[in-house]
Amino acid sequence: MRWLTQIGEWFDHRLQLAAPIRDAAEHRVPRNASSWFYVFGSAALTVFMLQIVTGILLALIYVPSASEAWSSLQALNHDVALGWFIRAMHGWGSNFMVAIVLIHMVQVFLFGAYKFPRELTWIIGVFLLLMTLGMAFSGQVLRFDQDAYWGLGIGASIASRVPFAGPMIVKLMLGGPIIAGATLSRFFALHVFVIPGMLIGFVCLHVLMVLKLGINEWPMPGRLVKRATYEREYHELTKKDGEPFVPDAIWKDMFFAAFILIAVAACAIYFGPFGPSGQPDPTIIQTAPKPDYFFLWLYALLSLLPPSMETPALLIGPVVAIIGLLLLPFLSGEGEKSWKRRPIAVLTVLLIAITLGEFTHLAGFTPWSPHMNAWSGNPVPERFLHSSTALQRQGALVFQSKQCRNCHSLGELGGQRGPALDSVAVRLTQDQLIRQVIQGGGNMPAYGKNLSPAETTALVAFLETLHPEGQVPAREAALREGGVQP
Amino acid sequence: MPDENLISRRGLFTKIGVLFNGLVAVAIAVPIVRFLLSSITRGRGNAYLSWVPLGRTSEFPEGETRLATFRNPYVMPTDGKTVDTACWVRRIEGDQFQVFAINCAHLGCPVRWFAQSGLFMCPCHGGAYYRDGSRASGPPERGLFEYPHKVENGLITIQAGELFTPGASAALIGKNPPCAG
Repeated sequence: MRWLTQIGEWFDHRLQLAAPIRDAAEHRVPRNASSWFYVFGSAALTVFMLQIVTGILLALIYVPSASEAWSSLQALNHDVALGWFIRAMHGWGSNFMVAIVLIHMVQVFLFGAYKFPRELTWIIGVFLLLMTLGMAFSGQVLRFDQDAYWGLGIGASIASRVPFAGPMIVKLMLGGPIIAGATLSRFFALHVFVIPGMLIGFVCLHVLMVLKLGINEWPMPGRLVKRATYEREYHELTKKDGEPFVPDAIWKDMFFAAFILIAVAACAIYFGPFGPSGQPDPTIIQTAPKPDYFFLWLYALLSLLPPSMETPALLIGPVVAIIGLLLLPFLSGEGEKSWKRRPIAVLTVLLIAITLGEFTHLAGFTPWSPHMNAWSGNPVPERFLHSSTALQRQGALVFQSKQCRNCHSLGELGGQRGPALDSVAVRLTQDQLIRQVIQGGGNMPAYGKNLSPAETTALVAFLETLHPEGQVPAREAALREGGVQP
Repeated sequence: MPDENLISRRGLFTKIGVLFNGLVAVAIAVPIVRFLLSSITRGRGNAYLSWVPLGRTSEFPEGETRLATFRNPYVMPTDGKTVDTACWVRRIEGDQFQVFAINCAHLGCPVRWFAQSGLFMCPCHGGAYYRDGSRASGPPERGLFEYPHKVENGLITIQAGELFTPGASAALIGKNPPCAG
């Protein structure tokens, strides 16, 4: 083994790297910072390295051309040995990476780790989050299928709303007048060269700062951060109650990183790769495009915002959110670190998490989208037609054939864009039904031009039968007051 | 003692070196920026737009709305199927036509025509439009985008070539086509 040491010494005499690496590895960290809560940063780095490796492997087969990308993905899925597994690892790795980066950020926020002197570490972290999301979106584009194609259209539609520069931004983003070959090529360049290059640089800075400034100590309620004294106190703490990062503190990071890699591989094996869905052929319009998991909340938000609020929310919202995140360490750079004494911080995290969670949940079943096939696929349940007259049955036919069902459900089946009509007769009188059908309103199109008087009469006759048994349908107030019995 | 105000030979060359590099950087940056912006500059003055035939008018029955497809006039070798574009053609009567973009005016998803209820519906965020393309309900702020079109010698032709987006297409929409049918 002597010769091995000699070779090592020969190299180090020239490289001079052993000493700084040993110093970095053995730097002292507060004993209380060696916690399972502190493993997310290193886990994010581990998944990032996995993404680099699997990404390079995919690039061995993938062709970034609008005419070939889709078939090269099919080849990866079906022809190349274990191509499906590498694709699945890369896809699930991206989901895990976004999730871990977000958890890491929440942990850093709740533990006050962004406060003095780690402000810049936080700011670089915000940029790392944005780049991670940029990688997630551009990666979705490289899976050049129907969802990717129409997702680009949505991205272009959002970008076009920027005042004055909108049309130019769209052409710059698409690389031409339409979504086509140049679009895929430039997203390939972004996903494979530009963003990863910046990510590697920023990750190095981020880690370097953690090494130089020291990992955040476990926050104790009541121990306040003061610019004048913090660094001296931290130094004393690592001296008095510290341990070298290697080998004493690193084992939790290693265990968790290995666990995450196993989890990614398990998801990859069990669930398989993502898509590709249908071919990116814009003449196939029988499609309901949906974004990947981490942009589902945005999909829901874009459906639920009032039209007039949408452009300002899309253009101003992200700017405000990013500026808020960047300013955070300057607005509260000192003071309490512990989440136990920062109720507003905890509530903010909860509010954002619940909002995003609920939007994501809603995007899972898209109650705002018409069910395009309900009118021909979901029959009127039998119980609604029991002992009905010929006119009412004709109305049920009109109800189906005029695609009312695409937006209104009956017996839990059908669209949820409009209200369920199981008991509409209790809510609306005959006159109100006629008016609603003909004139529309409250987000319902007017059907006056598409229904003959006979069809309207039949339809309303059917709708009037839709009330729970034993409950009286709505009647004109004037008739009730007059004492006329129905 | 050298005079502190006096610039040394090496100092002067360093300054000239910085200036020289700056000039070279600008000279190289000009073609780089022009290359990067080529997709914008090329399209100036609607250069991307051309008149594209959709088919004979006899293929479109009066009073009906039919899906038509055309090849985008601006094509690159690697575009594959992406240059094939769909649009909705409504023949009102005679030579009176309306040609709608497939893209929803909200965020660009492909709208579908439902002849029975006379509505275009969007599968993404629930926008709906009447048969004449005007907004019926949902998040869109306007009606469907319309291609300028003309009918000549029994052939319907549209002016196409750019993706319709809510912000970008305002200029195209306001203009009257030269010989609208």
